[in-house]
Amino acid sequence: MLAKRIIPCLDVTAGRVVKGTNFVDLRDAGDPVEIARRYDAQGADEVTFLDITASSDQRDIILHIVEACAAEVFIPLTVGGGVRKVEDVRRLLNAGADKVSMNTAAVQNPDLVFDASSKVGSQCIVVAIDAKQTAPGKWNVFTHGGRNDTGMDAVDWAKRVESLGAGEILLTSMDRDGTKNGFDLALTRAVADAVGIPVIASGGVGNLQHLADGVTEGRADAVLAASIFHFGEYTVREAKEYMAARGIEVRL
Amino acid sequence: MTIAVIDYGMGNLRSVSQALEHVAGRGAVVVTHDPAVVAAAERVVFPGQGAMPDCMRELDARGLRAAVLEAARSKPFLGICVGEQMLFEHSEEGDVPGLAVFPGRVRRFPDAGMVDRDGARLKVPHMGWNRVRQKPHALWAGIADDARFYFVHSYFVDPADRALVTGTCEYGVPFTCAVGRDNIFAVQFHPEKSARDGLQLLENFVAWRP
Repeated sequence: MLAKRIIPCLDVTAGRVVKGTNFVDLRDAGDPVEIARRYDAQGADEVTFLDITASSDQRDIILHIVEACAAEVFIPLTVGGGVRKVEDVRRLLNAGADKVSMNTAAVQNPDLVFDASSKVGSQCIVVAIDAKQTAPGKWNVFTHGGRNDTGMDAVDWAKRVESLGAGEILLTSMDRDGTKNGFDLALTRAVADAVGIPVIASGGVGNLQHLADGVTEGRADAVLAASIFHFGEYTVREAKEYMAARGIEVRL
Repeated sequence: MTIAVIDYGMGNLRSVSQALEHVAGRGAVVVTHDPAVVAAAERVVFPGQGAMPDCMRELDARGLRAAVLEAARSKPFLGICVGEQMLFEHSEEGDVPGLAVFPGRVRRFPDAGMVDRDGARLKVPHMGWNRVRQKPHALWAGIADDARFYFVHSYFVDPADRALVTGTCEYGVPFTCAVGRDNIFAVQFHPEKSARDGLQLLENFVAWRP
């Protein structure tokens, strides 16, 4: 049976992982490659880098990180942030990324999803959706870190990007992100049930029960978390053991 | 020793070449579209990404078909993903003929009845880590039976000769995920993305004396 995936996410800017980490025996707590290697050793199923660099002149730094990471970490690597053109996708894949995630650019130009997946294959294209509840059982797609309401329904948008060729959806609840109150399970389930491509739940994980809930209640195919792993509260291995004890298939 | 990774323009070969370098050492691996380099190599890795009709077209556009067939006849040969599928006679994907090194066809996961044991719908592509049941073969040395490997695919091979099967997997339906005969071993999953067990398989390939 296919394992549910656990994906640590690293926010990277100016070549460093931000939000802090707390691995006790790391030489350099902010080095993305070293952190990715550590997560690999803990049994992470993938690693996601999110490039949160604001200025475009620093964009190429992420390419070097991806190159260095791909030379040492032999699990799938997803990279997002600042992807605007098919050329950006191609450059990240050539640097060693396995999948590229796009968010605002896909909203502004849905053809990008089609063009990119036609060119490099759906399996390489992840569409990140930031969703916020606007009414009971209703979520809208937001851009710019949750500030701009696009007016689009999140479930409809998920179905649309699937039809455009997206291979996977990274679904973040803007209401829950950073709260440690757990995933928005109703949102996760609404999207996971609506599409035939894998859905990664994101936003709000504060403990291991939340990860398990994302799979069992939210029906996500994978769960993504940052702070619970960065700050050393739990290892990926502990998260998997917890999920396995609750009957969830994981790779141990 | 030279390991040639065949580059016919379909997808990114960096992961494959870096994983091979990790186990075989720097300088041991060459990514090439030159038939002469393929012919001179001691071992050949034949990857593939994307749709099989595109892969077949690009292989022929680069004049690499004969070099691949000769390598498959004569030296340790590892097919990966669509590189496995292309060894068979025909694919449902785009209804195209393959290289016909092995008898059999490439099929898509069925549209109906794809549910797991809890009744939940299984999504296609089959993406993620799944268990591989082994049949005895030198390339499984040091890898536990039922170990998980990383898959991304919607099609799989259905060999006409069951003796070719060296590994099976299950995703809604049981399917063949590894085949082998003489000097050829080919897998549907991605050893270059399958962490320790994937590297072990590549290391076994590098040391393989079929």
